[in-house]
Amino acid sequence: MSTLRGILLLTLLLAQPAFAQTPDPARVEAVVAASFASAPEAWKARVSQDRMQQICSLTRNQPDAAQAAEIASTAKASVVMPPDAALKGDWRSGEKIAQNGQGGQFSDGPNTISGGNCYACHQMALSEISYGTLGPSLSGYGKLRNFTTEAIRAAYTKVFNPHVTLACSSMPRFGLNKVLSGQQISDVVAYLFDPASPVNAEFK
Amino acid sequence: MSKLLRIFVLCLLFPAASLRAQPAPELDLDKELDRYRAMINDPMANPGYLAVDRGELLWSLSRGSKNVSLETCDLGAGSGVLDGVAAGLPRYFADTDQVMDLEQRLLHCMRGLQGLDTKDVVARRFGSPGKTSDMEDLVAFISNKSLGMKYQASLSHPKERDMALIGEAMFYRRSAINDFSCATCHGDDGRRIRLQSLPDLSKPGDTAREVIGTWPAYRVSQSQTRTMQHRLWDCFRQMRMPAPDYASEGLTALTMYLAKLGDGATMNVPSIKR
Repeated sequence: MSTLRGILLLTLLLAQPAFAQTPDPARVEAVVAASFASAPEAWKARVSQDRMQQICSLTRNQPDAAQAAEIASTAKASVVMPPDAALKGDWRSGEKIAQNGQGGQFSDGPNTISGGNCYACHQMALSEISYGTLGPSLSGYGKLRNFTTEAIRAAYTKVFNPHVTLACSSMPRFGLNKVLSGQQISDVVAYLFDPASPVNAEFK
Repeated sequence: MSKLLRIFVLCLLFPAASLRAQPAPELDLDKELDRYRAMINDPMANPGYLAVDRGELLWSLSRGSKNVSLETCDLGAGSGVLDGVAAGLPRYFADTDQVMDLEQRLLHCMRGLQGLDTKDVVARRFGSPGKTSDMEDLVAFISNKSLGMKYQASLSHPKERDMALIGEAMFYRRSAINDFSCATCHGDDGRRIRLQSLPDLSKPGDTAREVIGTWPAYRVSQSQTRTMQHRLWDCFRQMRMPAPDYASEGLTALTMYLAKLGDGATMNVPSIKR
């Protein structure tokens, strides 16, 4: 009897997948879908996942090399870059966008203009003490990169779709998902790269 | 008597609610917030106890097509037992073959035991000024019957363990226009949104216990007693997801995942939060 139980247990152990604690993804998806069953049709698309979201969820943001390459290449193809002359907009407008956490919530009015809410996660101008720490500090961002056009392009790309440079980044894909317009992204980039912006001016 | 005293203490307390507006260096602000939390953490000054009192009346109120009260509702420890039940929910119920949290179970008893059309109760699931919520009141009353007890996550049934794993998968599940998961904000130690400290709910321990042991809570900023259902609803709002369905399986799964992490919590409910 105990031998039988031992064999049974061993069989069970060997039969376990690599992540023994992971339930069947189809079952998880069914529970999720059922939990948002009453959502308005226009909102239903937010409940289902695209490929990046699937991979980054199942791997808990630790994709393997092939998955990371796939995510990065899809992301790269998604970026719509303005000409170099239009990369940097108005830093004052960018500051407002960085401060603004409105938009995209079911409690928002239909005509709410979304902000980037950068300060929720990042330190930027040193004089703003109400900043979050989910992302790295961006104080002195442009100054630390010598304000090069290459760095400005990289920053625009990152705000548009951060998975180009880091697969499974925690940051939203502001451009791809049209949370921010191209002009808004340029303004945020100006906030990061204009020498007169407090992000750089206050940074010694 | 105790009600009058509570209201009196409340009047003394509320001028303190403006503390957060004072700009101060971070560390001092954290300390001030801790001091504020300690100051409001007083059962005699917690308006959540008004919800407890209303909930007590609702528990014994006869209504529904069968015109009976909820007093024989089985919340997991047998017919009508209230002491300690909240310290073991969510749990598996054989009669529904389902893992249920307190709100799901109460709706089940209202519909089955009382024959109550729960449309109105569900419409008032979250109270607002001038509109009380039967669900928030009942949860406050029933949870308070576990005050001071140790929370014991109910994980002996396979469906309970399954539910906790589904909740864990949901915790890491990214979606919607900002690609957020619960873990985006609650996956690490010592992180903040703006100046708001975020509990790390990716591992078991005191942080998770603090969460599981302090809901339902009276929210000073909302002037309402809120339950975990509302807390999760508000998280999904901030994640730019649609509103989750009240008392849906996914919310119970997330609660079960949290319950597993917060096993051993001391029940301080209803608590009072900023």
